[in-house]
Amino acid sequence: MYGLGLVKGLMVTAKNLVLPSRMMTVQYPNRKVGLLGLSKATGVPLPKLLLKDPITSVKSLLGMAEVKESLPQHPRFRGEEFSWYEQRCTGCASCAKYCPLGIIEIVTSESGDQMQEGQKYHLDKFDIDIGRCMFCGLCVEACPYDALHMGSGFEEGTYRRQDLVIDKRKLVSAKKTPSTWFRPQLASKKYDPHKGKNVKWDGAGRHEKPSLEQQQEKWAKR
Amino acid sequence: MPINTQPVTINLGPQHPSTHGVFRLRVTFDGEQVIDVEPVFGYLHRGTEKLAEERNYVQIVTLTDRLDYVAAMTNNLAYVRTVESLTGIEVPERGMYLRVISSELQRIASHLIATGFLLDELGAFHTPLIYCFRERERILEMFEMLCGARITVSYMRPGGVLQDAPTDFWPRLDDFLTSMPGYLDELEGLITENEVVLARTRDLGILSAQDAINASITGPVLRATGVQWDLRKAEPHEVYDRLDFDVPIGSVGDTFDRYYVRIQEIRQSLRMIQQCVAQIEPGPVRSKAPYFIRPDSVDAYVGTESPKGELGFYIVSDGGISPYRMHIRAPSFINLTVLRELLIGWKLADLIVIFGSLDIVVGEVDR
Repeated sequence: MYGLGLVKGLMVTAKNLVLPSRMMTVQYPNRKVGLLGLSKATGVPLPKLLLKDPITSVKSLLGMAEVKESLPQHPRFRGEEFSWYEQRCTGCASCAKYCPLGIIEIVTSESGDQMQEGQKYHLDKFDIDIGRCMFCGLCVEACPYDALHMGSGFEEGTYRRQDLVIDKRKLVSAKKTPSTWFRPQLASKKYDPHKGKNVKWDGAGRHEKPSLEQQQEKWAKR
Repeated sequence: MPINTQPVTINLGPQHPSTHGVFRLRVTFDGEQVIDVEPVFGYLHRGTEKLAEERNYVQIVTLTDRLDYVAAMTNNLAYVRTVESLTGIEVPERGMYLRVISSELQRIASHLIATGFLLDELGAFHTPLIYCFRERERILEMFEMLCGARITVSYMRPGGVLQDAPTDFWPRLDDFLTSMPGYLDELEGLITENEVVLARTRDLGILSAQDAINASITGPVLRATGVQWDLRKAEPHEVYDRLDFDVPIGSVGDTFDRYYVRIQEIRQSLRMIQQCVAQIEPGPVRSKAPYFIRPDSVDAYVGTESPKGELGFYIVSDGGISPYRMHIRAPSFINLTVLRELLIGWKLADLIVIFGSLDIVVGEVDR
């Protein structure tokens, strides 16, 4: 019979329209919520929310309250802003050498620090031009001291191209929420960068910092 | 009395929504009938082969993501297999299984895109496409777990894969494998027996097996003509010889067969992944390969079955850290060679459908 195929097709459409498990639209970046939705999204019980924040509660009843929403990201997500630890970096420029596009610029000078462990260079310049970066992560894979990590964010839009160059000042002051991509030491701690917890420089490495005795032992062997 | 019309040449593309990217067709029509077609491409040319000459063997992996950008995993696989045959680097067992799992997932994603866009071009605007994209989204989420990126994966390296799958990957994969056949049945219920689809695609743009072989067509387009040729069966690489799967073929070689072969291939891919999950064992995923690879042999060509056909890399080495010359045999590009013969005589609305059923990706055509 003609027309039966159309009806069959529309049945599938209707199923996807009704079943909640088939709904996949995410209202990025903000989702409008009601009062119940607000208490669910913020994790605060309803009576407490009414007492603590009555203005937002009234707003949510009027349909004016919004909560942030985006797709869930895995901790391994290779994000835009890099997490870089100055304390771990020796200025070896492996990342600059391994970058397929050559967008990392490093200028170093001798510092006179840590003479016994080998010279540590002073970093005069550490620029990453993420306007041209393709986030392949080869620089992070190359870093021998786990100083450079991929970031976890993806909303780095700027109005000018030159703002996309991350320099040393920006890298030092940025939030340190590194991705666990190619960093098994962070993954084994079940670290999730999207929860917003910062990682200190001594917690980000593969190796523990050697104690003074271990260092002295190493120097004595030389 | 026949009415004579003057031939009209119109320009389809390069910014046309149904040309799968920046691809241009110069078509001459007699009334509504196509009398001549000339594909014009090169709008997305980035010079990948030349760029590869000044990068080392690991860095080129990132370039191969950008060839066929809806099937980056299989591009990675084709490239690293060539480097491995050039240098003789061994791959650990678990690495091979992870490669097969990820590239079969990528094949499902790519075929879903092909199916969705074919329906889009048939006039079923966007609703079936979004159904396909929803399932593809779950695959991309799994890729994000494996390697941190959804499209430009860069997951494979000469000597294995970059890193092992996280523990939460396997439950997600199981969930996908159990629910995907149901979704696929639903999708087929929408399309396969739909009268409108059948009327529009049956006996449309028939490609004979002889023509397909003469034009060295590969992939689902060749298999739709009834030729049983699949590199995974013919020259088993990785662990494909340990897996039990069929090569689906079509009978006529029309647009419907090309669609239906893809749907059946998705089912076979699901079967393969299920067997891989059952067989995989713990172990290393990447063998010790130097970062700066200096190959001993001079050249190597390895063809791999990508979702579009045989994707081959030909690398000539002069012993240095980067290839002397890299040539890419892109299946989308070679499958386009029959486009003129396929399209002549059909109407404008059929042109879009036949072109869509070839499933080209312009990133691969232009390289």
